[in-house]
Amino acid sequence: MSETKKFMYVNRKAPYGTIYAWESLEVVLIGAAFEQDVSLAFLDDGVFQLTKGQNTAGIGMKNFSPTYAALGDYEVNKIYVDRDSLEERGLTLDDLQHLVWEDEDEDYAEKDSIRLVTRAEMADVLAEQDVLFNF
Amino acid sequence: MKLTIQINEGPYQHQSADTAYFFAKAALEKGHEIFRIFFYHDGVNNGTRLTTPPQDDRNIVNRWTELAQAHNIDMVLCVAAAQRRGLVDDGEAQRNGKDATNIAPGFRISGLGQLIEGGVQSDRLIVFGD
Amino acid sequence: MAMLHLVNKSPYDACNLNTASTIMKDGDQLLLIEDGVYGAMKNSKAASLLTGLKVAVLGPDLAARGITEDKLLEGIDVIDYGGFVDLVVANDKVQSWL
Repeated sequence: MSETKKFMYVNRKAPYGTIYAWESLEVVLIGAAFEQDVSLAFLDDGVFQLTKGQNTAGIGMKNFSPTYAALGDYEVNKIYVDRDSLEERGLTLDDLQHLVWEDEDEDYAEKDSIRLVTRAEMADVLAEQDVLFNF
Repeated sequence: MKLTIQINEGPYQHQSADTAYFFAKAALEKGHEIFRIFFYHDGVNNGTRLTTPPQDDRNIVNRWTELAQAHNIDMVLCVAAAQRRGLVDDGEAQRNGKDATNIAPGFRISGLGQLIEGGVQSDRLIVFGD
Repeated sequence: MAMLHLVNKSPYDACNLNTASTIMKDGDQLLLIEDGVYGAMKNSKAASLLTGLKVAVLGPDLAARGITEDKLLEGIDVIDYGGFVDLVVANDKVQSWL
Protein backbone atom coordinates (compact mmCIF):
# COMPACT_ATOMS: atom_id res chain seq x y z
CA MET A 1 0.00 0.00 0.00
CA SER A 2 2.60 2.60 0.97
CA GLU A 3 5.54 3.12 -1.33
CA THR A 4 9.02 2.09 -0.18
CA LYS A 5 10.82 4.83 1.69
CA LYS A 6 14.54 5.42 2.05
CA PHE A 7 15.31 4.89 5.74
CA MET A 8 18.65 6.09 7.09
CA TYR A 9 19.93 5.21 10.56
CA VAL A 10 22.51 7.79 11.61
CA ASN A 11 25.14 6.66 14.13
CA ARG A 12 27.36 9.25 15.78
CA LYS A 13 28.15 7.75 19.16
CA ALA A 14 30.82 5.35 20.36
CA PRO A 15 29.81 1.91 21.65
CA TYR A 16 29.62 0.78 25.30
CA GLY A 17 30.03 4.19 26.96
CA THR A 18 26.33 4.65 26.26
CA ILE A 19 23.60 2.31 25.03
CA TYR A 20 22.71 4.22 21.88
CA ALA A 21 24.89 2.17 19.53
CA TRP A 22 23.36 -1.14 20.60
CA GLU A 23 19.77 0.03 20.87
CA SER A 24 19.97 1.69 17.45
CA LEU A 25 21.14 -1.63 15.95
CA GLU A 26 18.06 -3.25 17.47
CA VAL A 27 15.91 -0.81 15.50
CA VAL A 28 17.79 -1.69 12.31
CA LEU A 29 17.22 -5.42 12.84
CA ILE A 30 13.50 -5.05 13.52
CA GLY A 31 13.21 -2.51 10.72
CA ALA A 32 14.73 -4.94 8.22
CA ALA A 33 11.46 -6.87 8.22
CA PHE A 34 9.57 -3.85 6.91
CA GLU A 35 11.20 -3.98 3.46
CA GLN A 36 12.13 -0.33 3.19
CA ASP A 37 15.28 0.89 1.40
CA VAL A 38 17.69 0.90 4.36
CA SER A 39 21.08 2.58 4.78
CA LEU A 40 23.30 3.16 7.78
CA ALA A 41 25.59 6.15 8.27
CA PHE A 42 28.55 6.22 10.63
CA LEU A 43 29.84 9.68 11.40
CA ASP A 44 31.94 11.31 14.16
CA ASP A 45 32.37 8.87 17.07
CA GLY A 46 29.92 6.49 15.40
CA VAL A 47 32.81 5.08 13.35
CA PHE A 48 34.16 3.53 16.56
CA GLN A 49 31.19 1.15 16.56
CA LEU A 50 32.67 -0.76 13.62
CA THR A 51 36.17 -1.47 14.93
CA LYS A 52 37.53 -5.02 14.86
CA GLY A 53 38.57 -6.97 17.91
CA GLN A 54 36.14 -5.67 20.50
CA ASN A 55 36.54 -7.72 23.69
CA THR A 56 34.10 -6.76 26.40
CA ALA A 57 34.85 -9.46 28.96
CA GLY A 58 36.58 -7.01 31.28
CA ILE A 59 33.67 -4.55 31.39
CA GLY A 60 31.01 -7.22 31.76
CA MET A 61 28.94 -6.10 28.82
CA LYS A 62 27.68 -8.10 25.89
CA ASN A 63 29.90 -7.69 22.84
CA PHE A 64 27.36 -6.81 20.18
CA SER A 65 29.85 -6.08 17.39
CA PRO A 66 29.20 -9.44 15.65
CA THR A 67 25.75 -8.06 14.86
CA TYR A 68 27.24 -5.65 12.32
CA ALA A 69 28.64 -8.64 10.43
CA ALA A 70 25.16 -10.18 10.31
CA LEU A 71 23.56 -7.10 8.72
CA GLY A 72 24.25 -8.45 5.23
CA ASP A 73 21.95 -11.40 5.97
CA TYR A 74 19.19 -8.90 6.78
CA GLU A 75 19.71 -7.27 3.37
CA VAL A 76 21.17 -4.20 5.05
CA ASN A 77 24.16 -3.61 2.82
CA LYS A 78 24.52 0.13 2.33
CA ILE A 79 26.79 1.21 5.15
CA TYR A 80 28.25 4.68 4.67
CA VAL A 81 31.34 5.48 6.72
CA ASP A 82 32.66 9.05 6.86
CA ARG A 83 36.32 9.16 5.88
CA ASP A 84 37.04 12.40 7.75
CA SER A 85 35.69 10.91 10.96
CA LEU A 86 38.03 7.92 10.58
CA GLU A 87 41.06 10.09 9.86
CA GLU A 88 40.36 12.47 12.75
CA ARG A 89 40.40 9.43 15.00
CA GLY A 90 43.54 7.85 13.60
CA LEU A 91 41.63 4.99 12.00
CA THR A 92 41.68 3.45 8.55
CA LEU A 93 39.29 1.07 6.83
CA ASP A 94 41.60 -1.75 7.96
CA ASP A 95 40.70 -1.04 11.58
CA LEU A 96 37.05 -1.72 10.85
CA GLN A 97 35.26 -5.04 10.46
CA HIS A 98 35.07 -6.20 6.88
CA LEU A 99 31.31 -6.16 6.36
CA VAL A 100 29.94 -8.01 3.36
CA TRP A 101 26.73 -9.14 1.76
CA GLU A 102 25.89 -11.78 -0.83
CA ASP A 103 24.35 -10.54 -4.05
CA GLU A 104 21.84 -13.19 -5.11
CA ASP A 105 21.56 -11.48 -8.50
CA GLU A 106 25.22 -12.27 -9.12
CA ASP A 107 25.45 -15.86 -8.00
CA TYR A 108 25.74 -14.85 -4.33
CA ALA A 109 28.99 -13.03 -5.02
CA GLU A 110 30.35 -11.49 -1.84
CA LYS A 111 30.44 -7.70 -1.93
CA ASP A 112 31.55 -4.99 0.45
CA SER A 113 28.80 -3.33 2.46
CA ILE A 114 30.94 -0.47 3.69
CA ARG A 115 31.14 2.55 1.41
CA LEU A 116 33.79 5.01 2.48
CA VAL A 117 32.58 8.51 1.67
CA THR A 118 33.82 12.07 1.87
CA ARG A 119 31.84 14.55 3.96
CA ALA A 120 30.36 16.02 0.79
CA GLU A 121 29.28 12.56 -0.40
CA MET A 122 27.78 11.85 3.02
CA ALA A 123 25.79 15.08 2.70
CA ASP A 124 24.48 13.89 -0.68
CA VAL A 125 23.51 10.49 0.74
CA LEU A 126 21.62 12.06 3.65
CA ALA A 127 19.86 14.43 1.27
CA GLU A 128 18.48 11.46 -0.71
CA GLN A 129 16.78 9.87 2.30
CA ASP A 130 13.11 10.06 3.25
CA VAL A 131 13.32 9.26 6.96
CA LEU A 132 16.28 9.87 9.28
CA PHE A 133 16.59 8.03 12.59
CA ASN A 134 18.97 9.38 15.22
CA PHE A 135 19.80 7.95 18.64
CA MET B 1 0.49 16.48 8.06
CA LYS B 2 0.91 13.21 9.89
CA LEU B 3 3.79 13.32 12.39
CA THR B 4 5.63 10.66 14.36
CA ILE B 5 7.71 11.81 17.32
CA GLN B 6 10.54 9.76 18.82
CA ILE B 7 11.73 10.64 22.34
CA ASN B 8 15.03 9.18 23.49
CA GLU B 9 15.45 10.60 27.00
CA GLY B 10 13.64 10.41 30.31
CA PRO B 11 11.77 13.18 32.09
CA TYR B 12 13.74 15.95 33.84
CA GLN B 13 17.23 14.59 33.08
CA HIS B 14 17.22 16.16 29.62
CA GLN B 15 15.09 18.88 28.08
CA SER B 16 14.05 16.57 25.22
CA ALA B 17 10.79 15.45 26.80
CA ASP B 18 9.81 19.06 27.40
CA THR B 19 10.73 20.25 23.90
CA ALA B 20 8.89 17.30 22.38
CA TYR B 21 5.80 18.09 24.46
CA PHE B 22 5.66 21.74 23.38
CA PHE B 23 6.33 20.74 19.80
CA ALA B 24 3.50 18.20 19.91
CA LYS B 25 1.11 20.74 21.43
CA ALA B 26 1.96 23.33 18.79
CA ALA B 27 1.52 20.76 16.02
CA LEU B 28 -1.94 19.82 17.30
CA GLU B 29 -2.92 23.49 17.62
CA LYS B 30 -2.00 23.92 13.98
CA GLY B 31 -4.28 21.06 13.03
CA HIS B 32 -1.63 18.44 12.32
CA GLU B 33 -2.15 14.82 13.27
CA ILE B 34 0.23 13.03 15.60
CA PHE B 35 0.34 9.45 14.34
CA ARG B 36 2.40 8.20 17.28
CA ILE B 37 4.76 9.29 20.02
CA PHE B 38 7.37 6.56 20.45
CA PHE B 39 9.55 6.48 23.55
CA TYR B 40 12.93 4.76 23.21
CA HIS B 41 16.12 4.38 25.30
CA ASP B 42 15.59 6.19 28.63
CA GLY B 43 12.60 7.88 27.04
CA VAL B 44 10.47 5.01 28.35
CA ASN B 45 10.82 6.59 31.79
CA ASN B 46 8.32 9.22 30.63
CA GLY B 47 5.72 6.47 31.10
CA THR B 48 6.03 5.66 34.80
CA ARG B 49 3.05 6.33 37.01
CA LEU B 50 5.17 6.68 40.12
CA THR B 51 6.86 10.06 39.85
CA THR B 52 6.33 12.71 42.51
CA PRO B 53 7.96 15.85 41.16
CA PRO B 54 8.03 18.95 43.37
CA GLN B 55 4.68 20.75 43.54
CA ASP B 56 6.11 23.91 42.02
CA ASP B 57 7.52 22.13 38.99
CA ARG B 58 5.86 20.69 35.90
CA ASN B 59 4.54 17.15 36.08
CA ILE B 60 5.92 15.67 32.89
CA VAL B 61 4.24 12.28 33.12
CA ASN B 62 0.80 13.72 33.88
CA ARG B 63 1.26 16.24 31.09
CA TRP B 64 1.76 13.40 28.60
CA THR B 65 -1.27 11.53 29.95
CA GLU B 66 -3.46 14.63 29.61
CA LEU B 67 -2.22 15.40 26.10
CA ALA B 68 -2.76 11.83 24.95
CA GLN B 69 -6.24 11.64 26.40
CA ALA B 70 -7.32 15.05 25.11
CA HIS B 71 -6.21 14.27 21.56
CA ASN B 72 -6.37 10.49 21.41
CA ILE B 73 -2.63 10.15 20.75
CA ASP B 74 -0.97 6.74 20.59
CA MET B 75 1.94 6.86 23.06
CA VAL B 76 4.16 3.81 22.91
CA LEU B 77 7.00 2.69 25.16
CA CYS B 78 9.39 0.35 23.37
CA VAL B 79 9.08 -3.08 24.99
CA ALA B 80 12.80 -3.93 24.87
CA ALA B 81 13.78 -0.57 26.36
CA ALA B 82 10.97 -0.84 28.91
CA GLN B 83 12.06 -4.30 30.04
CA ARG B 84 15.61 -3.07 30.52
CA ARG B 85 14.49 -0.09 32.57
CA GLY B 86 11.62 -1.60 34.54
CA LEU B 87 8.51 -0.10 32.95
CA VAL B 88 5.82 -2.72 33.39
CA ASP B 89 2.20 -3.09 32.36
CA ASP B 90 -0.15 -6.00 33.16
CA GLY B 91 0.94 -8.05 30.16
CA GLU B 92 4.63 -7.58 30.89
CA ALA B 93 4.14 -8.32 34.60
CA GLN B 94 2.49 -11.63 33.72
CA ARG B 95 5.00 -12.57 31.03
CA ASN B 96 8.07 -11.73 33.09
CA GLY B 97 6.89 -12.66 36.58
CA LYS B 98 6.89 -9.15 38.03
CA ASP B 99 4.89 -8.41 41.19
CA ALA B 100 3.87 -4.87 40.19
CA THR B 101 3.04 -2.63 37.28
CA ASN B 102 3.98 1.02 36.98
CA ILE B 103 2.79 2.26 33.61
CA ALA B 104 1.00 5.61 33.54
CA PRO B 105 -2.40 6.09 31.88
CA GLY B 106 -2.30 6.84 28.20
CA PHE B 107 0.85 4.82 27.52
CA ARG B 108 1.14 1.31 26.12
CA ILE B 109 4.12 -0.99 25.74
CA SER B 110 4.84 -2.38 22.30
CA GLY B 111 7.59 -3.34 19.87
CA LEU B 112 10.06 -1.36 17.78
CA GLY B 113 7.90 -2.16 14.79
CA GLN B 114 5.64 0.64 16.01
CA LEU B 115 8.46 3.14 15.47
CA ILE B 116 9.24 1.78 12.02
CA GLU B 117 5.55 1.88 11.13
CA GLY B 118 5.51 5.51 12.28
CA GLY B 119 8.33 6.24 9.86
CA VAL B 120 6.52 4.46 7.04
CA GLN B 121 3.07 5.94 7.62
CA SER B 122 3.92 9.50 8.64
CA ASP B 123 4.91 12.51 6.58
CA ARG B 124 7.59 13.51 9.07
CA LEU B 125 9.59 11.78 11.83
CA ILE B 126 11.03 14.14 14.45
CA VAL B 127 13.53 12.77 16.99
CA PHE B 128 14.14 14.44 20.36
CA GLY B 129 17.06 13.25 22.45
CA ASP B 130 20.55 13.85 23.68
CA MET C 1 14.43 18.62 -1.34
CA ALA C 2 15.53 20.58 1.74
CA MET C 3 16.40 19.29 5.18
CA LEU C 4 15.73 20.77 8.61
CA HIS C 5 18.72 20.28 10.89
CA LEU C 6 18.16 20.39 14.66
CA VAL C 7 21.09 21.08 16.97
CA ASN C 8 20.43 20.97 20.70
CA LYS C 9 23.93 21.09 22.15
CA SER C 10 26.22 23.99 22.86
CA PRO C 11 29.06 24.17 20.29
CA TYR C 12 31.47 24.37 23.21
CA ASP C 13 30.25 21.07 24.63
CA ALA C 14 29.97 18.89 21.53
CA CYS C 15 30.82 18.77 17.85
CA ASN C 16 27.20 18.50 16.70
CA LEU C 17 26.96 22.04 15.32
CA ASN C 18 30.31 21.66 13.62
CA THR C 19 29.33 18.40 11.91
CA ALA C 20 25.88 19.70 11.00
CA SER C 21 27.41 22.75 9.34
CA THR C 22 29.58 20.52 7.14
CA ILE C 23 26.59 18.43 6.04
CA MET C 24 24.13 21.26 5.33
CA LYS C 25 23.43 21.95 1.68
CA ASP C 26 22.09 25.03 -0.07
CA GLY C 27 18.46 25.53 0.89
CA ASP C 28 18.71 23.53 4.12
CA GLN C 29 17.55 25.10 7.37
CA LEU C 30 19.26 24.99 10.75
CA LEU C 31 17.20 25.31 13.93
CA LEU C 32 19.02 25.73 17.23
CA ILE C 33 17.05 24.48 20.23
CA GLU C 34 17.71 23.78 23.92
CA ASP C 35 21.42 24.26 24.69
CA GLY C 36 22.05 24.61 20.95
CA VAL C 37 20.88 28.24 21.12
CA TYR C 38 24.29 29.21 22.51
CA GLY C 39 25.57 28.62 18.97
CA ALA C 40 23.72 31.72 17.80
CA MET C 41 25.65 34.22 19.90
CA LYS C 42 27.74 36.89 18.23
CA ASN C 43 31.36 37.67 19.07
CA SER C 44 31.80 34.05 19.98
CA LYS C 45 34.28 31.42 18.84
CA ALA C 46 31.50 29.35 17.26
CA ALA C 47 29.95 32.20 15.30
CA SER C 48 31.89 31.42 12.12
CA LEU C 49 30.25 27.98 11.93
CA LEU C 50 26.99 29.63 10.93
CA THR C 51 28.37 31.69 8.04
CA GLY C 52 26.25 31.28 4.94
CA LEU C 53 23.62 29.13 6.65
CA LYS C 54 19.87 29.72 7.04
CA VAL C 55 19.52 29.78 10.84
CA ALA C 56 16.60 29.98 13.23
CA VAL C 57 16.66 29.76 16.99
CA LEU C 58 13.92 28.81 19.45
CA GLY C 59 12.92 31.96 21.37
CA PRO C 60 11.73 30.23 24.55
CA ASP C 61 15.13 28.53 24.87
CA LEU C 62 16.93 31.87 24.46
CA ALA C 63 14.75 33.52 27.08
CA ALA C 64 15.25 30.65 29.51
CA ARG C 65 18.99 31.11 29.23
CA GLY C 66 18.89 34.90 29.57
CA ILE C 67 20.10 35.52 26.03
CA THR C 68 18.56 38.69 24.64
CA GLU C 69 18.21 39.15 20.91
CA ASP C 70 20.85 41.88 20.81
CA LYS C 71 23.38 39.17 21.69
CA LEU C 72 22.59 37.15 18.56
CA LEU C 73 24.34 37.07 15.22
CA GLU C 74 22.80 39.08 12.41
CA GLY C 75 20.16 37.42 10.26
CA ILE C 76 18.98 34.79 12.73
CA ASP C 77 15.22 34.16 12.93
CA VAL C 78 13.84 33.89 16.44
CA ILE C 79 10.81 31.58 16.36
CA ASP C 80 8.44 29.84 18.75
CA TYR C 81 7.22 26.23 18.87
CA GLY C 82 4.61 27.05 16.24
CA GLY C 83 7.39 28.26 13.99
CA PHE C 84 9.26 25.04 14.76
CA VAL C 85 6.29 23.03 13.51
CA ASP C 86 6.12 25.19 10.38
CA LEU C 87 9.79 24.49 9.64
CA VAL C 88 9.22 20.75 10.00
CA VAL C 89 6.36 20.95 7.52
CA ALA C 90 8.20 23.23 5.10
CA ASN C 91 11.26 20.98 4.85
CA ASP C 92 11.18 17.44 3.51
CA LYS C 93 12.76 15.73 6.49
CA VAL C 94 14.37 16.38 9.85
CA GLN C 95 17.92 15.47 10.92
CA SER C 96 18.33 15.64 14.70
CA TRP C 97 22.04 16.00 15.47
CA LEU C 98 21.98 14.17 18.81
